[in-house]
Amino acid sequence: MKTGKLKTIIRIIASAVVVVLVLTFLTLLLTPKFMSGVTEGAMIAEFYDEEMCHDVVFVGDCELYENISPVTLWENYGISSYIRGSAQQLIWQSYYLMEDTLRYEKPDVFVFNVLSMKYNTPQKETYNRMTLDGMRWSSSKIESINASMLPEEHFIEYVFPILRFHSRWNDLTEDDINYLIDKDKVSHNGYYMRVDSKPVSKIPNGMPLGDYTFGDNAMYYLDKMVELCHKNNVELVLVKAPSLFPVWYPEWDAQIEKFASAHKIKYYNLLDCADTIGIDWNTDTYDAGLHLNLSGATKTSVFLGQILRDECHIKDHRGDPYYEKIWAPKIDFYYEDIEEQKIKYNITDN
Amino acid sequence: MDDIKETILNLLTDLHPDIDFEQETNLIDSKILDSFDIVSLIADINDELDVAISADKIIPENFNSLDSLAKLVKELSDED
Amino acid sequence: MLFTSYNFIAFLSAVIILYWLIPRKARWVLLLVADMVFYYFSKTTALPVNLIYLVSTIVSTYIFTNLITRNANKEKAYLKANKESLDKETKKKYKEQQKAVRRRLLIGSIVVNIGMLAVVKYTNFTISNINSIMGVLGSAHRLTFVDIAVPMGISYYIFQTVGYSIDCYRGKTEAQKNIFKLALFASFFPQLVQGPISRYDDLAPALFESKEFDFKYISYGLQRILWGFFKKLVIADRLLTAVTTIIKDTETYNGLFVVLGMLFYAIELYCDFTGGIDITIGAAEALGIPLKENFIRPYFSKTLKEFWNRWHITMGTWFTDYIFYPLSVSKFMLNLNRSSRKHLGDKIGKRVPVYTATIIVWFATGIWHGASWNFIVWGLGNCLVLLISQELEPFYRFFHSKTKVNGTRIWDAVRIIRTMLIVSSLRLFDCYRDVPLTFKMFGSIFTDKAVINKETLMGLGLEPTDYIVVLIGVIIVFVVSLIGRSGSVRDKISTIPYWGKFAIWFGLFLIVLIFGQYGIGYAASQFIYNQF
Repeated sequence: MKTGKLKTIIRIIASAVVVVLVLTFLTLLLTPKFMSGVTEGAMIAEFYDEEMCHDVVFVGDCELYENISPVTLWENYGISSYIRGSAQQLIWQSYYLMEDTLRYEKPDVFVFNVLSMKYNTPQKETYNRMTLDGMRWSSSKIESINASMLPEEHFIEYVFPILRFHSRWNDLTEDDINYLIDKDKVSHNGYYMRVDSKPVSKIPNGMPLGDYTFGDNAMYYLDKMVELCHKNNVELVLVKAPSLFPVWYPEWDAQIEKFASAHKIKYYNLLDCADTIGIDWNTDTYDAGLHLNLSGATKTSVFLGQILRDECHIKDHRGDPYYEKIWAPKIDFYYEDIEEQKIKYNITDN
Repeated sequence: MDDIKETILNLLTDLHPDIDFEQETNLIDSKILDSFDIVSLIADINDELDVAISADKIIPENFNSLDSLAKLVKELSDED
Repeated sequence: MLFTSYNFIAFLSAVIILYWLIPRKARWVLLLVADMVFYYFSKTTALPVNLIYLVSTIVSTYIFTNLITRNANKEKAYLKANKESLDKETKKKYKEQQKAVRRRLLIGSIVVNIGMLAVVKYTNFTISNINSIMGVLGSAHRLTFVDIAVPMGISYYIFQTVGYSIDCYRGKTEAQKNIFKLALFASFFPQLVQGPISRYDDLAPALFESKEFDFKYISYGLQRILWGFFKKLVIADRLLTAVTTIIKDTETYNGLFVVLGMLFYAIELYCDFTGGIDITIGAAEALGIPLKENFIRPYFSKTLKEFWNRWHITMGTWFTDYIFYPLSVSKFMLNLNRSSRKHLGDKIGKRVPVYTATIIVWFATGIWHGASWNFIVWGLGNCLVLLISQELEPFYRFFHSKTKVNGTRIWDAVRIIRTMLIVSSLRLFDCYRDVPLTFKMFGSIFTDKAVINKETLMGLGLEPTDYIVVLIGVIIVFVVSLIGRSGSVRDKISTIPYWGKFAIWFGLFLIVLIFGQYGIGYAASQFIYNQF
């Protein structure tokens, strides 16, 4: 009688273990890896592998992670920084990424790119997944999911991603096996590098809008950002990155200006400074003005780094063995990547 | 065998010449009689014996065997 | 709330757990509350409107059936009290009088309920027919269509309550005195949207008197639900794309594609409908409530008659018990029988009443499926085949007495395939939803030469891997059906050693999890039978 009961308990436990193992394996197998092609999907998760000693953390969309290079900031100013960027990152997602970052470290400055103020409501399921799946579980992640879900999405599909990605059984590639557990680094502290270039063919004239006022939901989270930074004693800096598309309307810029001065926070419109930065729209962008290439990002980082050093008083850590040790391999990886991309895009040094 | 039973037996044999209705006690449950047979049978009984079997009497217990059917018809004819 | 939604799974889990935790006496109340929650979250149309029909059915049925039972009891008491004083004639006369009262009450109940069903389902159909007739007569006047949404499950719950009213009238059951218990019978959530159509004396005892907890209820129930999900999500929803493509584009998909469409639709409809019923029966089973089976391997039928004894069984028996029998043994039909025998001779004459009743029943079956001519023609088409095979019965008997094919496996297979072809051909009326078009497409099988090859198959919206999944799925369903002929498959599996059982059920779960068509990327489709 007693052995029978024991046997049942062992069976139940063993079955549960098998179930958990198999489901975990299938989840790992079927979840997209983002190791080639659209690598942006893997960037949010990379942050957690970092040594948490960043002076500056950027949050925002592609205008940050393609236009700013932390390696340049380090090489020129000794600033240790990281970009928590993802494609079409919406402002509440940026806000919750700030919250999430504060669980691990307290940077001196958070930089937020204001382009996403144009979106007041959730946009696209794919981008939601790319931003949210990489986050570790916390109340910030839960709230971010709830704020981001489209009507056809279900919270449970975030808890068990296999419910969302099970249909990928038909699209599995070698990558899904190779990167089952260990992933490659796809970014340089959140920076997505491109070395090729495609000149801007025409400067866009934005279609006039009926109403330029930012949505109340977007404003709500901007207020929350200010509050969060204030409470944690982190300086909030707003930027508009130097990208020509999508259009950044002067009416929007005026609203941000007004907000910044009202809250006594810094706001830099880098698009207006493009000439000062020295951006050449013929050589410094890889997709005709949406995003900058390495050359453009380097120039922008040099310009922004100066501001961070002079206006925000970020310390120069160069020469500090602790930091040097962290950055040395990053720099190696950075230049290797440049060389590889040059071969890939068939670019020869002049 | 009384008249009623005999008449019913003849009617049943007309429907299914190959069945031994004196032995079979599972006419409905083993699907020997289907709904067509049942209503033809009721019409025939009405014709021959002048007994009307109403729809509420169409339950397996009444139609499963020759005996039960004969009993039903007798009861109904006594009521009149 | 779709059966295949996360919400339903969460809802059902909560109901099952609560159900077995609370005291037995309170369980039926929980079920009634669950019905209301289910109905509320399933609102396809504005809720108050939807609810009015359900409540009207419950209230009217409650009043009429209680009056019927009260009258019957009064009659019994009166006869008992005056047993000695009344003579036979007076007794008989009194009985007849009382029966007439009950009859009027029953008719009242039927008029209210079937009337409601008729108004919501058939008003626009009637208007369109009147308009056609006016067109033929040369009148330019046209009636405008009314905007009525068909409330969820109305065909099913009204059939249940009407069947119950008739049972009360026949004295088969006594009227339920607690209106909330009657409400539970009418709206029991697993079967609210697509049946099966239960009988009061089958279902009510299990609903009101909960059983002692037994883990077997839950495990068997969940196994049945999982099997339903497999058929629905892995096979039916996958094939649906191809079926829709073939039906929608009649220019491209003619000839052999019509045959392919027939085959795909046969698989899809079977897996969708029986899968849904598996979920229904499994959900009820997990609550310890047995429901009647609605399908018994219908595609193994050797004749169309047998098919209709095995497909959508509860609907078929409902029509037999509550329409076919009363109609064919009514005074009118018995008189018709006599006069037609007199005028047409015994042989033909005796067929007149039975055939009349059969035609009426199939007309009703057709129109119950949908308020349009294609369903009526479909119903009458079935009726025609049934009557012809009834007439050919002596010929078959003769044929079998002269040959030895009867009972051989090959002959059985031929009959099964023949039945399948008849069923599928008739279903084209359901597919194309237009009578002339159906005839045209059926004709195109013999005249048009559309080419089926890898390329055109890909054009149906399925990938090669999808066809493989469907094929393997169908093989699994077929094998399980074969095994099921000799008794419950779940019973058989339960005798296998533990890890074997575990592998089967966990494996099935994984198949549904991975190969099921659910979630974003697959727009979950409604069960086909929800709309009836």
